[in-house]
Amino acid sequence: MALTRRREVSRLYIVEEETAKMKVALFVPCYIDQFYPQVGIATLQLLEKLGVQAHFPAQQTCCGQPLANSGCERDALPIYKHFVETFSDYDYVVAPSGSCVYHVRKHFDKLDQTADVQHVRGAAYDLIDFISTVLNVTEIPGAFPHKVGLHLSCHGQRGLHQANESEMTPVRDGQLRRLMASLDGIELTQLNRNDECCGFGGTFCVSEAGISARMGQDRVADHVLNGTQVLTGSDMSCLMHLEGIVRRAKLPIKVMHAAEILNGVVNG
Amino acid sequence: MNHAIRADKFLLDADRTTWHDETLWFVREKRDRAVYAVPEFQELRELASGIKNHTLSRLDLYLREFEAAAQANGVHVHWAADAAEHNAIILDIIQKEGATRIVKSKSMLTEECHLNPYLIKHGIEVVDTDLGERIIQFRDEAPSHIVLPAIHLKKEDVGDTFHTHLGTNKGENDPQRLTEAARQHLRAKFLAGQVAISGVNFAIAETGAVVVCTNEGNADLGVNLARVHIAAMGIEKIIPRLSDLGVFTRLLARSATGQPVTTYTSHFTKPAAGKEMHIVIVDNGRTQQLGRPDFRASLKCIRCGACMNTCPVYRRSGGHSYDFTVPGPIGAILSPNIDMKKHSSLPFASTLCGSCTDVCPVKIDIHTQLYKWRQVLGEANEIPASKKWSMKFMGRVLASTRVYGLGGQFARKALRLLPHGLTHAPSMNAWAVARELPEAPKQSFREWYAKQPAPAAAQPAQPQIPA
Repeated sequence: MALTRRREVSRLYIVEEETAKMKVALFVPCYIDQFYPQVGIATLQLLEKLGVQAHFPAQQTCCGQPLANSGCERDALPIYKHFVETFSDYDYVVAPSGSCVYHVRKHFDKLDQTADVQHVRGAAYDLIDFISTVLNVTEIPGAFPHKVGLHLSCHGQRGLHQANESEMTPVRDGQLRRLMASLDGIELTQLNRNDECCGFGGTFCVSEAGISARMGQDRVADHVLNGTQVLTGSDMSCLMHLEGIVRRAKLPIKVMHAAEILNGVVNG
Repeated sequence: MNHAIRADKFLLDADRTTWHDETLWFVREKRDRAVYAVPEFQELRELASGIKNHTLSRLDLYLREFEAAAQANGVHVHWAADAAEHNAIILDIIQKEGATRIVKSKSMLTEECHLNPYLIKHGIEVVDTDLGERIIQFRDEAPSHIVLPAIHLKKEDVGDTFHTHLGTNKGENDPQRLTEAARQHLRAKFLAGQVAISGVNFAIAETGAVVVCTNEGNADLGVNLARVHIAAMGIEKIIPRLSDLGVFTRLLARSATGQPVTTYTSHFTKPAAGKEMHIVIVDNGRTQQLGRPDFRASLKCIRCGACMNTCPVYRRSGGHSYDFTVPGPIGAILSPNIDMKKHSSLPFASTLCGSCTDVCPVKIDIHTQLYKWRQVLGEANEIPASKKWSMKFMGRVLASTRVYGLGGQFARKALRLLPHGLTHAPSMNAWAVARELPEAPKQSFREWYAKQPAPAAAQPAQPQIPA
């Protein structure tokens, strides 16, 4: 870990003093809370290992994206307000889902831009973005000797600029790729299509179920073709959709959120 | 019928869907290589976007400058408020010439105005001379792509079409031979053409000239052989100066097909001696779009088709699934302006992945406009009632911590207890047609967290390793 001022906090983990003082909230998006609690747990534990004691404000619900993407932004406003009230006292709001973060940052412009609203919009971070740019952690000590395929969430990649885009450059680089590549024994899958959308798209997955499924099947096929054993990403919504396809087709691929992998390898 | 239903029809032929997707992805990759080779490509996009924004901000002035310059060149300039006027003006020019045989090069505007059926109804023979356009004209189909109008057809389909219409041998699928057959057929039509109609890629206010970009040279052949040339253009085709053109020609072909430039970039400035040149300038809903601040930027479009080639939905649903002259992401933000009710499903035919915005050579914020159209449609009650009410319900649930927590417990319990056949019944659960639902855990994250000693202690977790 490329840190300047260090102090031991526990076992092997070292952090900057400022890091330990940060007031960080954990936002566990509704579908992760209900269906993937292990991803929320891994996020919390990983942050703690990196020296961040994140707090989970219990009154949190959702960012409101499902409604707004369906054309019902007006019905989402009470959810937005609830979100801002929940998180306005924190320095950072960290979530294992770039899509929700992107929604808070980009589409909470519909609220009156009070100091709290502006603060929360700026304080929202995708977990991997937070680790990479706020904690400045670029390497994770640990081994994961498997062939890992990265799924770049469109909102994280194109929306939050967490990875290079194939529309702009042939160079495949990004926060998740760097963190994963730092693990010992890992091999990253070279996909035919580096950053094509998986087809989840929120309510798109049911309103355009046919196209959504076909996109997901094609995305998974690219991983199968190129030897992925573990399919990972930093956005659980894409992974929920891809996992549904993998399980239906009974494919020998394990789908894990990046927080699960990183938390799992850093045991001390 | 909405986009999803039309898309499902296209998806029924899985092999053809694969072929369509891979063909257009090939074009997208060709575009990528051409883009990567120009180090200043992103600056060019910014420049092009700026020129277009500037032009749209004073479109009236540039249009009048263009009209005056064109008239000084001896060109007849006509103004059409809508498709009906556009068609009537063109028919009038043709009839004054006493012509019955028209050759046409590619023009999405004349498609938009349904000019062909109008002229045919008035006894005029209209021949589309772009190869792809001619193929679909034989088949009486609409273009499925704005640059590659027959991209939905395989060479076998073209072979069958030419066998029927041009008398090629049955089963002849060789592209070279089929193209030669079209060439011979079109040569006769070119020679007989009395009036040539072309589209316009760029209209230069400073010089009054129009610029037409083709790969087949069919616009040049048609215009130079016929006595009368009619160029039809939307009001948004204007650029201020000739020196601005290079910015756009460098972007257009690279974005469209990955070529450095189109084979022909033809400037039509004034009629040759003894000939006539007309320019028809068409509004047809464009000023209405110009008046919508959120959607104005859609008028920057230079019709390269890059957003179609990159769109993962378009590649798998085909251009006809949009049921609009301009399909794909750009069509989905242009079409509600024309008919909000008819095209209400198009802004939802997207995952909002944003790839369209990133390939757009004039930086139209396409995916943001898709999102904004959804809000306009929601407010106008142009979304399905089931969706509207379920979202209202969801809004209530998610605004309250307590209701949300109880609802989640109930849903997970139901998922665990109900039989798989019921929770995954395709008739009741669109998700489950091709996907498994997540396995419902007994405990949500918040339930787990509430049981942790404060502050939550990190328990070393074992890495989960695949079998």
